[in-house]
Amino acid sequence: MNAFSCQSARSFKSVIWTAGLVLLAAIVLAVASLLPESSPLHASAFVVSLAGKYLAYAMLALSVDLVWGFAGILTLGHAAFFGLGGYAMGMYLMREIGARGAYGDANLPDFMVFLSWKSLPWYWCGTDHFAWAMMLVLVVPALLAGVFGWLAFRSRVSGVYLSIITQALTYALMLAFFQNGFGFGGNNGLTDFKDILGADLHAPATRAALLVATGIALAASLLAARFIVGSRFGNLLVAVRDSENRTRFLGYRPDQVKLLVWIFSAMLAAVGGALYVTQVGIINPGEFAPANSIESVIWVAVGGRGTLSGAVLGAILVNFGKTLFTAWLPEFWLYGLGLLFICTTLFLPNGIMGLWRPTRKNDPEDITPEVSAPEGEHP
Amino acid sequence: MPRTMPNLSRRAFGRLALASSAAAFGGALGSGYARAATPKGDPIKVGILHSLSGTMAISETTLKDVMLMLIAEQNRKGGLLGRPLEPVVVDPASNWPLFAEKARQLLSVDKASAVFGCWTSVSRKSVLPVFEELNGILFYPVQYEGQECSRNIFYTGAAPNQQAIPAVDYLLSEDGGGAKRFALVGTDYIYPRTTNQILVSYLKSKGIADEDIMVNYTPFGQSDWQTIVSQIKAFGAAGKKTAVVSTINGDANVPFYKELGNQGISATDLPVMAFSVGEEELAGMDTKPLVGQLAAWNYFESIETPANAAFIKQWHTYTKQPKRTTNDPMEAHYIGFNMWVQAVTKAGTTDHDKVIDAMVGIRQPNLTGGVAEMLPDHHLTKPVFIGEIQDDGQFSVVWKTPALVPGQAWSPWVAQTKDLIGDWRQPIACGNYNSATKTCLSHKHA
Amino acid sequence: MRKLGLACLLAALCMGGGLGGASARADDFSGLASPQFDDVSASITALAANGSAQADAALQALETHHLFSGADGALFIRAGEVCQNARTGEATTCPEEGLKPVRVNNRIRKALAGVQAVRELSAQQPAERIKAAETFYARHDAAFLPALDRALSSEKIPAVREKLMQAHAATVLAQPPAEGAQAARLKAVGFLADVGGLEARGLLAGVAANVGEAPEVRHAAQSAVSRIDWHLRIWSVLQNAFYGLSYGSVLLLAATGLAITFGVMGVINMAHGEMMMIGAYVTWLVQQGIQMTVPALEPFALLIAIPAAFVVCGGLGVVIERCLIRFLYGRPLETLLATWGLSLVLQQVTRSLFGPTNIAVQTPAWLSGSLALGGLDITLNRLAILVFAGLVLGGLMLVLRRTPLGLQMRAVTQNRRMAALMGIRTPKVDALAFGLGAGLAGLAGVAVSQIDNVSPNLGQSYIIDSFMVVVFGGVGNLWGTLAAAMALGMGGKVLEPTIGAVSAKIAILVLVIAYIQRHPRGMFPVRGRGIES
Repeated sequence: MNAFSCQSARSFKSVIWTAGLVLLAAIVLAVASLLPESSPLHASAFVVSLAGKYLAYAMLALSVDLVWGFAGILTLGHAAFFGLGGYAMGMYLMREIGARGAYGDANLPDFMVFLSWKSLPWYWCGTDHFAWAMMLVLVVPALLAGVFGWLAFRSRVSGVYLSIITQALTYALMLAFFQNGFGFGGNNGLTDFKDILGADLHAPATRAALLVATGIALAASLLAARFIVGSRFGNLLVAVRDSENRTRFLGYRPDQVKLLVWIFSAMLAAVGGALYVTQVGIINPGEFAPANSIESVIWVAVGGRGTLSGAVLGAILVNFGKTLFTAWLPEFWLYGLGLLFICTTLFLPNGIMGLWRPTRKNDPEDITPEVSAPEGEHP
Repeated sequence: MPRTMPNLSRRAFGRLALASSAAAFGGALGSGYARAATPKGDPIKVGILHSLSGTMAISETTLKDVMLMLIAEQNRKGGLLGRPLEPVVVDPASNWPLFAEKARQLLSVDKASAVFGCWTSVSRKSVLPVFEELNGILFYPVQYEGQECSRNIFYTGAAPNQQAIPAVDYLLSEDGGGAKRFALVGTDYIYPRTTNQILVSYLKSKGIADEDIMVNYTPFGQSDWQTIVSQIKAFGAAGKKTAVVSTINGDANVPFYKELGNQGISATDLPVMAFSVGEEELAGMDTKPLVGQLAAWNYFESIETPANAAFIKQWHTYTKQPKRTTNDPMEAHYIGFNMWVQAVTKAGTTDHDKVIDAMVGIRQPNLTGGVAEMLPDHHLTKPVFIGEIQDDGQFSVVWKTPALVPGQAWSPWVAQTKDLIGDWRQPIACGNYNSATKTCLSHKHA
Repeated sequence: MRKLGLACLLAALCMGGGLGGASARADDFSGLASPQFDDVSASITALAANGSAQADAALQALETHHLFSGADGALFIRAGEVCQNARTGEATTCPEEGLKPVRVNNRIRKALAGVQAVRELSAQQPAERIKAAETFYARHDAAFLPALDRALSSEKIPAVREKLMQAHAATVLAQPPAEGAQAARLKAVGFLADVGGLEARGLLAGVAANVGEAPEVRHAAQSAVSRIDWHLRIWSVLQNAFYGLSYGSVLLLAATGLAITFGVMGVINMAHGEMMMIGAYVTWLVQQGIQMTVPALEPFALLIAIPAAFVVCGGLGVVIERCLIRFLYGRPLETLLATWGLSLVLQQVTRSLFGPTNIAVQTPAWLSGSLALGGLDITLNRLAILVFAGLVLGGLMLVLRRTPLGLQMRAVTQNRRMAALMGIRTPKVDALAFGLGAGLAGLAGVAVSQIDNVSPNLGQSYIIDSFMVVVFGGVGNLWGTLAAAMALGMGGKVLEPTIGAVSAKIAILVLVIAYIQRHPRGMFPVRGRGIES
């Protein structure tokens, strides 16, 4: 444990750098996108929206790293919070369309008109106000995470059991949102957005502003996460991760510690989801697919678990690779992605960030103690 | 890690585009298609936006192959406007936001002159804002729910009035068994929902009572059909002739039909009319217990015309698989591609606006006889066939519409859209024009 | 006698079908060459009445798709390259072109089946007569009433008579009520009430709702309906229980392999579903191979596929363990990532090798159809899977308890170091255990190929459910896996008729989540003294 904290103090310096670089890159790209198209430095809308998407994914990865890397909770369902945040934002954007939908109904979104609904369901109330929608972005995932976490941590569900039920949670949400009767557009989800806060979503200036906003949000989250893990609370988190029972016997309440970080992480993911929707232009139940959650864990693993910067790096790198290879080698890119995961786990147990710091092989305390392996250690 | 961000510059993406097109092009060449007379000049890029991995790869991969075949064929004929065509293949991986991203890439990085792609409704909805924003051209080859009419999309598949309504007419007719009771079974997404909504109001107008219509929705990939099939069986045992109208999505059909066969439901007792089961789906099933079950399409591989025979032969030669089936969306791409070729030739340019305007009124012979015409609402005229499944995995056509059916973007059977029409010609130039109030609900195209 | 029956059928069909007005024809055959199904149908009726050997042969050929029409109405029965004039029966050469198969649709099939049933009514074998009676019962078409009457008048065997009476009663009730038919209808209601079942209920409900019906008939029908309903409800509970069991057995099969790799070895194998997928593809390959080499063995291809799938998947499992998993012991969550990557690769390999589309795995004849057991409808393939799941679980238990490998596996699981000190070669045991788990997944793949579609995506749809089952049951406990699979299967099927398939699935997930919150180690936790375990 000591070894970890010594070394973590070192690696967390990189978080400030990362935050600064993320923000700088976002601003540079945003400015470049506003240059006239003839300029050699011009960044196209495609590049800007891609960058925005990567940064939003990076927020999801950061939130996963916070609970997995520091509290030892392997979540296979974080995309649930990401998706919920996205849906809350999507509801607002949907209401902004107003009478410009295909059916020209000023009050109801197209899919409701189509299903012959007469009025908005109660949970859509107030979503035309930006502030209320932003509150929903934060509160709904926090509530879900709170209830789920409180029940799970209180009864000491841990390890693989917890992983599987987080997966069940996101799977159940996916099925629920797939239903057309659920009031969120079914499989098609929410799409064809026009404006945000009165500004045209397709205008270069709006895109640039959204990219900068995402950059700011990510940088702020990185700093906040660093503050948390660097504080006394952070030490407690690591203690819980490495030995929950010892921490409990010392008089701490591991369930409360875990719950707090769990809720915070859910809110981070939700903000990421909300920003994601504005730049991608669609939110649908596919976001809740368990595969997406697993992928976000993999970003963290690739970048380096428990390093914060690694999560951001991993998310951006893997997604950049995906963009590149789905266009470059459309028939073979899955081999690459699959092999990347296999090789990362085999040869880079500490992720890319592990290359920068001394690896501590064969240190059983460091490596995923959350699942109690069958009694007796492996050599 | 922000250090990677500068990599996302335009130049990098230019290289990426070049590499991707080279790879795709190499694929086309490598597939045994050497070009005879090489057309000169800058290539015209054609985007192919079909999932090659993930859940939809099962249906969409074939469409990518057929597009590569059509493009290679066109190049052998001397290209277009004297320039070669160059396919740009991307893999949106059955991931809907990725569809939007790839569409943007095809339009803004690769500058594709036309894009052929999408299968599911949600993928089309996902790319629609991108195509409208960047003023691209998308050919969408699959039968769909209608209720949409974008200036930038050409719907080469069937609208509900070109598939669902004729199919139900057949079931009501004496040849089709004279059904008086209908079970509408579908996967819970927008296409079955809309189709069933239209069918319910259509059936009611034909005097079918409420209690004689059963509507049931199941999740995607439903694999355990025991309960639902037994419910259908119970529904069918009420003494009236009953038919099932299935809008079950591709994948779930196999276990559905297996369960039907095992519970002893034969086509003569309880015919099932499917809208999403084609030759390709049947290739994955043991069709012996399914003989006599129905499907409605605008194309069947078994229809004997010289054009179809030539197309099938070309397909077998191209894929080097003498048994590979052809299906309806493939014909839609065939029609769409040839129409686009005609429109570009007519306009003399690949400029999107000019091509879009030139498209309306273009006529292209169907593979199954008759001529498809691009209508002002960007839908096609199509023949409608009803086929019965045979034990060899093909369909035998038992009925066809006497004349070609023009596609309707907006259904007259849905209360909210009965007055809407789409007409992209001047002076209306509007996708959702209310013919009663004479207003355009969205922006009119200047 | 037979000829008379067919003549009556002709008259009846003409009345019932309203086809009497078909255009003037040269002979009974000519309708067959027409593109109109009306004409074909009328011709079938005429040929059935005709009764000559040629007419019978033509009908037979129509049913088996051997009847072809040539230019100007000529009809041929073609077998391979040999043709026969359908009208005269003399052998001729097949015309070079213009030969078109006479099309058959459901209406024609139905007419042919009717002709067939009328024929069977005068068959020698009582079983065939019963079959015919059952056809008439299901059709309850007035056209068959005369044939039924005649058959009844001459039938001696009580069992056949009973069936004929039922068919007669159903047919009578299906007609609109006529003056003075009250007594006959009342009797028919009584008959159908005793028969029970969905079919009878439908007819009786129709009678009960018909205002034109005499009051006492309606009343009798009404009470019969409620009696049948009560019976049906009981049967439907049992039926649902069977559905639940069979769904549960699929879950069980999918989960047993995982119970070994995950429950016993602690490896989170996300490629488990892909092992199932490979098992299903092996089934297909075996079927194809047998079809090409020894077609006689075809019905048993599925049985041969069982060991083949086990060996292939098991072998692959050993390879995976040696090349990948063994480097990751003690890091179970990293096995998740690596095996997820592996599953992507395996899917893509399958896609490249076999194409992305579904492949058709045949269901042998002995597995198709269903078994009626009172009001229960037991589909044979589901029953087979249920039995198979039981056998697999039983076999696995035997292996674990009664074989040296099982003993060593349990020893290694309980205390790896001590097992190693006792001379057990733990790496070998690990490899074999993983191979066993993968082989079991292969077996599940064989079973699933009979009910689901076989495509590279097959594994994806089972992986979450499998994990739920193992975790819900309690990791490392096979009985728990059994109980969990059955509980989830039953729960789903009990909820499905009332709240729908989607909601049932969501409800089950939420219930499992809630249950795990209360019982963090599943239904049957492995008990131990260690606080961490």
